[in-house]
Amino acid sequence: MTWSIYLGVVVQGVLTGLVYGLMALGLSVIFGVVRVVNFAHGEFAVVAMYAAFLLFRELGLDPLVTMLPIAAAFFIVGFALQATLINSFVGRSEHEQFILLVGVAIVILNGLLMLFGPDARPANLPYAFDSYAIGPLFIDKVRIYSAVAALAIAAGLFAFFRYTVTGTAIRACADNLTGAAVVGLNVKRLYAITFGIGLACVGAAGALMVTIADAAPNLGPAYTLLAFIIVIVGGLGSMAGALVGGVLIGVSEALAGFIIQPSMKSMFSFALLIAVLVLRPHGLLGRRA
Amino acid sequence: MTPLLAVDGVSKHFRGLLAVDRVSFAVAPGDILAVIGPNGAGKTTLFNMIAGVLAPDDGTIAFAGERIDRLAPDAICRRGIGRTFQIVRPFPALTVEENVVVGALLRHHHVASARRHALAVLERLDLIDKRAQPASTLTLPDRKRLEMARALATEPKLLLLDEVMAGLRPTETDRMVAILSGLNRDSGLTIVLIEHVMRAVMALARRVLVLHHGAAIAEGPPAAIVREPAVIQSYLGEEALA
Amino acid sequence: MIELWRGLEPRARGLIAGFFAVLLAAPLVADRYLVSVLTLVLYYAYVGQAWNLMMGYAGQLSLGHALYVGLGAYAAALLWVHFGIGPWLGVLAAILLAMAFGAVVGWLGFRFGVEGVYFALLTIASAEFTRIAFDNMGFTGGSGGLFLPYQRERLGEWWNLRGGQLVFYYAALALAAGGVVLAARLSRSRLGYQWLAVREDETAARSLGIDAFGVKMKAVLVSSGMTAVGGVFYAFYYNNLFPAQIFDIERSIELILGPIVGGLGTVFGPVIGAFILTPLGESLIALTARLDAPGAKAVFYGLTLIAIIYVRPNGVWPWLARLLGLKERAP
Repeated sequence: MTWSIYLGVVVQGVLTGLVYGLMALGLSVIFGVVRVVNFAHGEFAVVAMYAAFLLFRELGLDPLVTMLPIAAAFFIVGFALQATLINSFVGRSEHEQFILLVGVAIVILNGLLMLFGPDARPANLPYAFDSYAIGPLFIDKVRIYSAVAALAIAAGLFAFFRYTVTGTAIRACADNLTGAAVVGLNVKRLYAITFGIGLACVGAAGALMVTIADAAPNLGPAYTLLAFIIVIVGGLGSMAGALVGGVLIGVSEALAGFIIQPSMKSMFSFALLIAVLVLRPHGLLGRRA
Repeated sequence: MTPLLAVDGVSKHFRGLLAVDRVSFAVAPGDILAVIGPNGAGKTTLFNMIAGVLAPDDGTIAFAGERIDRLAPDAICRRGIGRTFQIVRPFPALTVEENVVVGALLRHHHVASARRHALAVLERLDLIDKRAQPASTLTLPDRKRLEMARALATEPKLLLLDEVMAGLRPTETDRMVAILSGLNRDSGLTIVLIEHVMRAVMALARRVLVLHHGAAIAEGPPAAIVREPAVIQSYLGEEALA
Repeated sequence: MIELWRGLEPRARGLIAGFFAVLLAAPLVADRYLVSVLTLVLYYAYVGQAWNLMMGYAGQLSLGHALYVGLGAYAAALLWVHFGIGPWLGVLAAILLAMAFGAVVGWLGFRFGVEGVYFALLTIASAEFTRIAFDNMGFTGGSGGLFLPYQRERLGEWWNLRGGQLVFYYAALALAAGGVVLAARLSRSRLGYQWLAVREDETAARSLGIDAFGVKMKAVLVSSGMTAVGGVFYAFYYNNLFPAQIFDIERSIELILGPIVGGLGTVFGPVIGAFILTPLGESLIALTARLDAPGAKAVFYGLTLIAIIYVRPNGVWPWLARLLGLKERAP
């Protein structure tokens, strides 16, 4: 029954994709509101992976639990980073932002290299190899838990942006910056909050990712690119788009890796990115600019 | 005599809004036509269609006898139509001279001769002293003259000016009018200008076209137009007629 | 070229001539290590210049320029390894291949209005896609790599870039110098002005009769072709090519650091940038070697980048030129 194998691969891709989607959500929020090209996005995710790994190794805490304090810590870091360093780069040209964040990425990546060495570090959860049997499929428990957690956080974020005053104010900034300033919104503070939220998503996603992948410094750039692909394919400015994009990329990479060859799985994602950039730049669910 | 510019039944919709409504007019070579009308009357949209930025939904635009209504902006400039923008767009990091050289390079393929032509234009527009300044440091009146100089450097037969007098003091307005009428007199430059500043319209234009809600409601010499009831009503409302 | 030289003020002429003379004579006094560092500096000065033409003048941000280095390298290397065709001919194939890819990337971007960050992502995706493709292609050696064989009997053939350090040093010097001359000529040409106009304000440029699409395409073609020549040098210098290395985004980032740090849109910016960053990197390796922590060098390198872009976003060269009392046209 090979179709059940394919189905298993697809389901795996969906679940992983939801976690990627959460990471991309952070980028969508940052890029969509503050309009800063965060080329250090993946590196931050890797820091979160290491944080969760350390908390697990030293204190035996499950990443699904430490995800929350890690996200909170990342919020503070994001807030501080935006308010101090990044704020002066907000209006500046793309290549200047790029260099700044590449510099940050290099510092983070190599800092991790210095602290932990280049080898991959797994978080060996006691239930890492358990799975649920659903119909003909065996689905890893960790993937289900992390996907559910990712969805929960995304839902919380959605509620925040929809129903709270601050969330609405942030959406106003994204829509019309001058208008927002003119009505008295403290744009600088809102930007800092937004960057904090964006990094909090990354922190949570990173903690979740260590349950399904081993932490290693060289994952940084790959995750950054992945986040950008997802955000653009799913549509900038759309939170649902980030999750949908994540699932799409997760499934396509899983299938491509399975059908063609693992080393070629990213090729499809890059081709998809090119196609979307050229043909439908607002992505699947994004608003037309 | 073939008109230099012939606009025939041109219309433009934006989703539900009819911005330009079957406008027709012709401009003879050497003429100066002012397009006036309240804000939102469709003047800039009309300009953008002539300049190739937008394509008309209906109607045709002909320049020197040839259809230009589907051409791209750069092709239209090469045909001999120059334009300025309502909100000026200098090349900020380039000097005044370099800005105009870019324009001059259209007809002068060698940088040296383009530069000579650019300096001549700057002289004419009274900007020669500021030629080494970065464009970003200029005051608004100077930027407007720079924009004109740049467009003039492309040696157009027709110049489209979009509210080039806006924000200028009366003395500066008079200076611009003098430059423009001088160019019209000396080289036969045809000018179509969108203008709100009536001082300039009265001094410069030989004919005036009035737009209101996208449609042409009056056309004629300036003195007659300003007394037309329809025109007064469009600007000042019904009460003004009483 | 004579008009270029005449156009310079005496001070500038003196400095340039002096600088060039020093570089020309360097191998006589410098040790092997220093010569190899200088070779690398000159290589980066050259490819940085190529990238600078597209970004600093035409304003198109390419973050996947390693694509052209790799294509150029592989084209020339394959011709050498399989057919014995030397780099003088191989470079023609390299340039054509890179330009073909550049034309596709440019067409996709410019025809469909992909700009700014999105264009940059397009270039990244193109480079990554090609990297993975080369990883999986048999005839290029795949991920196992392509090797230029060591042939002792050919060591004297400097025209085939077979030889000792000096051959490569002077080849790199020639490239860097050639790059400077080309950049100087182009920046003062009609095309150079058109590039600047499109970079500053594409709409205004079009209203002045400039075919923005054509002008941008020319930028990509010139830049990609020029970069490919650097790729040919790379292939014959290192003698081994791995897709994971040569097409990697790290290479793309490396080669743009010089021009940005040195000064975008200036003729000497990429040169100065290369002279600052490459020795900085090397000395950081030496300094941090004692710490026995892999990555320490890169951490300082990253911090330096942040500092430079914060303090001198227009690059070091404009500031340095002012200090030296020289006048170069503003970027």
